[in-house]
Amino acid sequence: MDASHAITAAPLDAAAVAAAASRDGDGAVASFVGLVRNHNAGREVLWLDYEAYEPLARKAFDRIAAEAAARWTGARVVIHHRIGRVGIGEASVVIAAASPHRAEAFAACRYAIERIKQIAPIWKHEHFAGGEVWIEGATADAEDEDARATALERACS
Amino acid sequence: MLVRVLLFARLRELARHDELRLEVPEGSTARDVWNGLAAEYPPLADYTTAVSVAVNEEYARLTASLRDGDEIAFLPPVSGG
Repeated sequence: MDASHAITAAPLDAAAVAAAASRDGDGAVASFVGLVRNHNAGREVLWLDYEAYEPLARKAFDRIAAEAAARWTGARVVIHHRIGRVGIGEASVVIAAASPHRAEAFAACRYAIERIKQIAPIWKHEHFAGGEVWIEGATADAEDEDARATALERACS
Repeated sequence: MLVRVLLFARLRELARHDELRLEVPEGSTARDVWNGLAAEYPPLADYTTAVSVAVNEEYARLTASLRDGDEIAFLPPVSGG
């Protein structure tokens, strides 16, 4: 259990997440910042409302961090995710992956965002010019080894 | 036995409930509870092949047997990030 993950309605601080992930023995921290963009599928997006099943989302983040640490020895992943209304240009998710060397940091960071999209119980409710729609991606299955393999492939490609 | 059901995102909107307390027969599975919900709230049936389930805040299978007091969360396809 890494208590440094967060699910919050407050703005995210990428520098704080990077600091939470890194230790003195690390030579690299790779950060990913996911932003709310102003367009999606031809729609003019106004804002997103994020909803999470928080206790399970925290466990999903723990699982993702543990998977990354098992694959890339010494990699430490910390994830902060917004809930509630997030405006255009704001960060919806920040991931920091720290490691003694850069290759593992980059790979673990990419792996983490791929896995978040697969198994984190979080949903986007898109509000666009003229309506709203729930965005639905993957059916979450934490034990799906094919999905895990896809995330690993993307991380390492 | 009594179970607590949580619904999220579009499932919550379709059923117009975020939480339900249901009396179900001993030996019921998560799928039994889902099928009962889909019968009561027919729009949910569209999600029968896409829904995920968590029991007591852990991912589970629809075949999972339930116990009195369990919390069963039904999750539409996720879109975090």
